Amino acid sequence: MTGDLLVQFLAQGAQMFMVLLIAPLAVGVVRRVKARLMRRQGAPLLQGYRDLAKLLRKESVIAENASWLFRSAPSLIFALTWVAAALVPSFASGLMFNWAADVVALVALLGAARALLALAGMDVGTSFGGIGSSREMMIATLAEPAMMLIVLTLAIAAGTTRLAGVADFFIAEPLAVRVSLGLSLVALIIVALAENARIPVDNPVTHLELTMVHEAMILEYSGRHLALIEAASYLKLVLYLSLLICLFAPFGMAPANAGVGGWAIGLLAWSAKLLAGAALLGVWEVSIAKMRVFRLPDFVGIAFVFGFLAILLAFLSRGAFE
Amino acid sequence: MGYQAAVPELYVSGAALGALAVAAAVATLVRGPALAFVYPLSALAAFALGAVDLHALLGGGEWVARLPIGLPGVGLHLRLDALSAFFGIVINGGVLAASVYGMGLDRAKELTPRVEPLFPLFAAAMNLVLIADDAYAFLFSWELMSLASWALVVARHTDPESRRAGYLYLIMAAIGTSALLFAFGGLAGPAGGYGFDTIRAHPPGPLVAALVLAAGLVGCGSKGGLIPLHAWLPLAHPAAPSHVSALMSGVMTKVAIYGFVRIAFDLLGPPAWWWALPPIVLGAVTAVLGLLYAVFDRDLKRVLAYSTIENVGVIFVALGLALAFRANGQEAAAAVAMAAALLHVLNHSWFKSLLFLGAGAVLHATGRRDLEGLGGLIHRMPRTAAFFLVGALAISALPPLNGFVSEWLLFQAVIAAPALPQAALHFASPAIGAMLALAAALAAACFVRVYGIAFLGRPRSVEAARAHEVPMAQQIAMGGLALLCIAGGLFGSVLAAMIAPVLRDLVDSVLPNSGSGPTAFSLIAFDPERSIYDAPVIAFFVAIASLTTLLVVHRLSARRTRLGPAWDCGFPDPSPATQYTASSFAQPLRRVYGAVVFAARETVVMPAPGDARPAQFSVVLVDYAWRVLYAAPSRAVLRLSERLNALQFLSIRRYLVLMFAALVILLSIAVVAI
Repeated sequence: MTGDLLVQFLAQGAQMFMVLLIAPLAVGVVRRVKARLMRRQGAPLLQGYRDLAKLLRKESVIAENASWLFRSAPSLIFALTWVAAALVPSFASGLMFNWAADVVALVALLGAARALLALAGMDVGTSFGGIGSSREMMIATLAEPAMMLIVLTLAIAAGTTRLAGVADFFIAEPLAVRVSLGLSLVALIIVALAENARIPVDNPVTHLELTMVHEAMILEYSGRHLALIEAASYLKLVLYLSLLICLFAPFGMAPANAGVGGWAIGLLAWSAKLLAGAALLGVWEVSIAKMRVFRLPDFVGIAFVFGFLAILLAFLSRGAFE
Repeated sequence: MGYQAAVPELYVSGAALGALAVAAAVATLVRGPALAFVYPLSALAAFALGAVDLHALLGGGEWVARLPIGLPGVGLHLRLDALSAFFGIVINGGVLAASVYGMGLDRAKELTPRVEPLFPLFAAAMNLVLIADDAYAFLFSWELMSLASWALVVARHTDPESRRAGYLYLIMAAIGTSALLFAFGGLAGPAGGYGFDTIRAHPPGPLVAALVLAAGLVGCGSKGGLIPLHAWLPLAHPAAPSHVSALMSGVMTKVAIYGFVRIAFDLLGPPAWWWALPPIVLGAVTAVLGLLYAVFDRDLKRVLAYSTIENVGVIFVALGLALAFRANGQEAAAAVAMAAALLHVLNHSWFKSLLFLGAGAVLHATGRRDLEGLGGLIHRMPRTAAFFLVGALAISALPPLNGFVSEWLLFQAVIAAPALPQAALHFASPAIGAMLALAAALAAACFVRVYGIAFLGRPRSVEAARAHEVPMAQQIAMGGLALLCIAGGLFGSVLAAMIAPVLRDLVDSVLPNSGSGPTAFSLIAFDPERSIYDAPVIAFFVAIASLTTLLVVHRLSARRTRLGPAWDCGFPDPSPATQYTASSFAQPLRRVYGAVVFAARETVVMPAPGDARPAQFSVVLVDYAWRVLYAAPSRAVLRLSERLNALQFLSIRRYLVLMFAALVILLSIAVVAI
């Protein structure tokens, strides 16, 4: 048992390391695809790593009236996002976090990271920080319940709220095409776009005040603090891509007790799917325009409505809990 | 455990209650600094009562006493079972914290003979409600609790707002108590057995049970702030002194929930499935609306009071689900829902007391409760700010704090609802899940706003800039509660094991033993294969991840930090008025939710170019619940009483005719009835 636990622990550690390692590359792929589609040369694929290294080397300039909350928030936000990202099964389903937290806890961990970020945005007392935090929380009041409804729908379908259990269910029945799951997929994609500050909800490459949400909150950060927050947002992108992959394209993922060989195959499959997902995101971003902030409730509200319809259908078809 | 073994515990309880009564009596006689004795004595009594309750809950004892006072022939029945003991722990924990906070009050300025005698009376009355074992004792102590708290609300009677709050509270408390009177009348039946043991032995028929449930929901719901019976709560709770607000919001609403649980799960006998619908629907509506009220309000204490309404709604949803599962014989799911309700009762009493004490500290330090005049308190009151942050994150149901534990259990209960056979519940449950998820997200937005505006940023008034940290006793009270919020979040499984006797009594089932999970502190719903939340493991990994990050960043980074002016896109403005305010923070939410729920209208008056007058911006929110359910009936009552006023000026012949007519009507009713 203890040896088993040790292997589990190491595998879990490997996963934590993997998501961290691949995250800047995924962002690099999105940027590169976008640049090429706009007929620009674009930054190298590894630019994400370079950005982080540069930010770490620079000094951190902190506003005079910043509090301890402002200084400690980045590492906490990073840690919360990192653990949340490690909860989502990537290359194998039977890892240690399999039992420590479930889908409800996953949503809540991301919520905790977001609350801290919004608080940090208000700490210095600038108008931009307030804009960002206020809009972020408005979007969250639509996206977070939508996300919760999606994961509850999946939990009802799979008969468990453990993420690995849900993943196992989808590995075992990859063709379990149901209307409620289709609605969940659309809703989850919208939530993923909103949560990652992607077009059409937010534009990660601009500092134009009318469109700023995420960027406005972190405007006062620089140096190593900014590096941590950027890394956390990279991780969040990997998290949502992994979630979509593990739920709706789980082929190749190693089931519980697959052994090292299964894990290697799973790792390759997961990396390929992740980078493909990032490329798709790039295509999506160049083919749609940014929305006005006050049209966002309609867009993210669609996710909420779809999530609600999905769980309603799951209830009416009486899920696997009987 | 029998009557004999109980004697020492009963002595302790009696002595503690007696001490509270004596404290109340003596405090009416003395003035000035001498009043300071009230809080240490109350703290001691609350500690003793809480210890007895804890002993009763863990030891599984059930103690009864019958005193020859009260109604002739009935006497006074007292009983301490697992349910009473659990709620006793909740109440006395709150009283203890509020008393410790009270010890830090300014002896010269803040001790008044209008508050100190009533504080121990209020505490004793709440304890009496829990151990009452007959309808008379229950209603008597319930009224005592209402009146004591009413007197505390109008302690600052020179303020017209307080007077208005007190007036409304008195009316709503009267309506609530008369509803409870009907409920117990129905429970006692025509035979008139007012002892709870008699009622338990003869549960009422289905029709009477429905009426009793409705009356109980009105009686307890009005005390707890269930919408639409909530209107008094956001006025009355903030009007009282802050440590009393903490008691009213954190603790007295729990007595209301105790009343509902006692009636619906204990006295009414086996439930029918449709009993679940009213608490579920009302609770869910309350949860969402309560937060929408909170998120648009600008008064710190009123925001907290509205958030209390929300939490009471969440608890009622959990209770309703527990009723539905129990009625269908699904005990395991009923245990999950009931555990969610009870743990939320405990958790809410901790973080809401903490937040109200924090609001009291802010009020003490700045003299202001309007959010628009606060800001930057994290620099001037660092400890209060840290404790308040714990409370704000806990109430937003964020892991690894305690609010999330009950939230997690509640969502587990919601997704077990497809197994219920009734179609109505199939349609209701997804909507409930959606509303609970919405409420959780809104709570986060609400408390990010409160904390961000009051404690972060730059001070928006001179008072906020001159704020100072509060006395040590008050810091200890808040710090203790903050610790409980953290410990309760990490070791929710221990609390779940503690309430097992209550669950066994109410729903005949308990949560799975945490020993059957992977670690000793796993919280398990249904079975380990289905749902586990292991807070210590998650917290451990988050801590490890933070530490690793800090170490790595420390090694790799330049480690240089420079302080400078705020960047603010290159144009920092020194005026604190350029910050976001509480109103502007709520504006996006107002655009999304306010237009539908409150018919929010924004008007901007922009002067023509060259005109020197300032531009004006105003927002109008319509409170439909108030307009339809309170303002309209009160106008009708007023008009009716004006009409009836004419009855005072009749001649003697007309009075005689009226009396004769009344007699004839009554006699004909009697004839028809026979």
